[in-house]
Amino acid sequence: MKSEPQSPPIVLSVTDLRIEAKANDGWIEIVKGVNLTLRRGEVLGLVGESGAGKSTIGLAALGYFRPGCRRTRGSVRFGETDVLGLTEAKRRTLRGTQVAYVAQSAAASFNPAKRLMDQIVEAAVTRGGMQRAVAEQRAVALFRSLQLPNPEIFGKRYPHQVSGGQLQRAMTAMAMICQPDLIVFDEPTTALDVTTQVEVLVSIRRAIKEHGAAVLYISHDLAIVAQMADRVMVLRYGEAVEEAPIRQIMEAPSHPYTKSLWAVRSLQTPAKPELEPLLEVEGISAAYGRFKALEDIDFSIGKRQTLAVVGESGSGKSTLGRLIAGLMPPVKGTVKLDGKSLPTLVRQRDKDMLRRIQIIYQSADTALNPRHTIRKILGRPLTFFQSLRGAAREQRVIELLKMVELDPGYAGRYPAQLSGGQRQRVAIARALAANPDLIICDEITSALDQLVQAGILQMLADLQQRLGVSYLFITHDLEIVRAIADRVIVMSQGRIVDQGSRAEVLSPPYPDYTKLLLDSVPEMAPDWLDRLLTKRSSAVN
Amino acid sequence: MVSNSHPILGMILQRLALGLLSLLIVSIVIFTAVSMLPGDFASAVLGRSATPETVAAFQQNLGLDQPWPRRYFQWLAGALIGDFGNSFSNRPVSAVIGSRLFNTLKLAALTAMIAVPIAVFLGTICARYRNKPIDRFLSAITLASISLPEFFIAYVLMLFLATKLHIFPTLSSIRGSMDMLEQLHRMALPVLTLMFVTLAHMMRNTRAALIGIMSHPYIEMARLKGEPEMRIILRHALPNAIGPIASVIAINLAYLIAGVVVVEVVFVYPGIGQTMVDAVRNRDVPVVQACALIFAANYIILNLVADLVSIVSNPRLLHPR
Repeated sequence: MKSEPQSPPIVLSVTDLRIEAKANDGWIEIVKGVNLTLRRGEVLGLVGESGAGKSTIGLAALGYFRPGCRRTRGSVRFGETDVLGLTEAKRRTLRGTQVAYVAQSAAASFNPAKRLMDQIVEAAVTRGGMQRAVAEQRAVALFRSLQLPNPEIFGKRYPHQVSGGQLQRAMTAMAMICQPDLIVFDEPTTALDVTTQVEVLVSIRRAIKEHGAAVLYISHDLAIVAQMADRVMVLRYGEAVEEAPIRQIMEAPSHPYTKSLWAVRSLQTPAKPELEPLLEVEGISAAYGRFKALEDIDFSIGKRQTLAVVGESGSGKSTLGRLIAGLMPPVKGTVKLDGKSLPTLVRQRDKDMLRRIQIIYQSADTALNPRHTIRKILGRPLTFFQSLRGAAREQRVIELLKMVELDPGYAGRYPAQLSGGQRQRVAIARALAANPDLIICDEITSALDQLVQAGILQMLADLQQRLGVSYLFITHDLEIVRAIADRVIVMSQGRIVDQGSRAEVLSPPYPDYTKLLLDSVPEMAPDWLDRLLTKRSSAVN
Repeated sequence: MVSNSHPILGMILQRLALGLLSLLIVSIVIFTAVSMLPGDFASAVLGRSATPETVAAFQQNLGLDQPWPRRYFQWLAGALIGDFGNSFSNRPVSAVIGSRLFNTLKLAALTAMIAVPIAVFLGTICARYRNKPIDRFLSAITLASISLPEFFIAYVLMLFLATKLHIFPTLSSIRGSMDMLEQLHRMALPVLTLMFVTLAHMMRNTRAALIGIMSHPYIEMARLKGEPEMRIILRHALPNAIGPIASVIAINLAYLIAGVVVVEVVFVYPGIGQTMVDAVRNRDVPVVQACALIFAANYIILNLVADLVSIVSNPRLLHPR
């Protein structure tokens, strides 16, 4: 921070803030003495993994604590006002008009029963002292500056009638309508596809610059914060680990934890030789009712290979996984395993076919039965596929746990007693219990933090070497593709638009869509977004 | 459905068709079930004079000698135009139940007009002040009134308001010749009893529906915009709770028409429930069938209306992409 002779006034100052959350037995401190100051026109990034306390701090800036949370110490000052010393009614008069909030999932945070305009101008009209007509005009101006389509009539729509990216921009407009002094953005682009994310980031950044408010920008993704913020604070377990200008964080992080925030990017498995195909997919098409989910899909997976399927939401990649697993029938086409075509549905496949193809889901929370112990979860496939019982089964359960780098003592625990990453390891062990040839991994690391992701990906690569299993790895994350794929399929709108080895797909020349996708992945460089915009505008001209 | 018409039209037509189909199936079930009741109607009605000849003549007269499908279709065709045939007492069924049905509808409408707004209002208050004393107090009262059988509530009310305080009469036998005020005065106790029973149910469901909505992220967003809590409940939560609230109101309205036999008997109110009980006792099959069909139609129609309300109150369906 430059300390110029007249530095802008301080908008937000948080001192020694401590917040506790209610747990099963008593209270746990989730924010442990955080200090921060934010001046007018400044953007401070809050970075950290889930549970680091980012959102809690962001909400505290509005003097708001989620139910089950309480402040134990510290103060939040907004300008000259001690926010936490005010009554709730007084705090309410600040919110929406002087301090505004942009939530992560705009789709869930807009009221489905009300038109967008009614929600956007609500605070301005009821408490901001604005005439309805004036507020609407201002909203339309904001829609225009946020590059929303048809700004004049955009507000007449209901939330479900516009796309996720547009909703997120509408929420930004809602935050800016009263020209607040402070805006808290809480992971505003996390729920969006990468290509949409770029548009929204550009709009938000432009609006912030035009607007001149102080901004608290919360994200788990340092690459994104780097595009938006002047300064970054890295949080871990409710404590500030490091705070510095953005370039310094990226180029010379002082704390090892900061470096681990891009752990997946530093992971790279060696390329493997191509072997004969294990699974061949020929001319597959599938549909949900009249909606065509897949059209003319052809590819194969080699033995001991990892095939990554990338694409944005709705591209049909999960449908493809379900179809190979036999959970959904194709309209036409065949799936062959070792040259023999498979019956289309699970119930028509014999036990050995079932054993050879296993699937792991994104959310281990819902994929593991919460009322079964880990021993039972792993034991059932062992009994079903390998007829193991008693001591032999118990021994194999322990082996499996060791294989996924978990303590054998976990066998007696329930899924709820494990962390998210550990639960996903149990789900992997359950797939391995069948002794499969192919594991379909459907976004299995997207709900996990970077460091945990990197650990699981590394483990999967090691297991592949040891057991010779093939992976069909469904993901939206190109960093993961870079890290572990041997071959890559790029999907868009139910079709394969690009396929080849990792080196072929990820290096030029690219087909248009692959290029768009690759360009949209934020890079670990503060000026990535600027460069991308320059590149795109020069391409247009 | 035609693809360029509004999709909601298709959904509404589909619901209507389903409603008609259920009604048809119910009519078959009613007709068969009642025809299979034990005992011979002719001998029951004719009593001592039931010689084989008179029985045969009687059956022929009523069409009971006809085969089952034929009788069913004749009955159905008549029912469609409101003609349920003659009762065994030789009066047209519509004359027997017409005025009674009107009385029941009057009682139901009066109760609903008072109970529904109060239930929605109190439910909203409870959701607003959730777990506060007012909520706990109302919840305890409503739980008690749901748990008590309706005849018990009826007798307690009668004991205090009629026998001790002499405010209302114990008997509610009304006649068309009475003037409006007199009728209302006589209907007061049954209305009060039914209010206790239905209000509690509707209020608790309104509260539950609202509290369910209150956990959505858009409610937290409204709080973060600084909206006052009461405005959040009324403007943000209530519009999203219309569907579930409408369906619980529909169930209660249906109950008010078809389920009030006990209350009618306690207060000697000349409603359709009593008529049906009498008809069953007298084996007056046409009247029983007509009543059953009216009750079924009542349930189906009210649920259909609730369905339509929740379709129309859902902007996702009303304003497709």
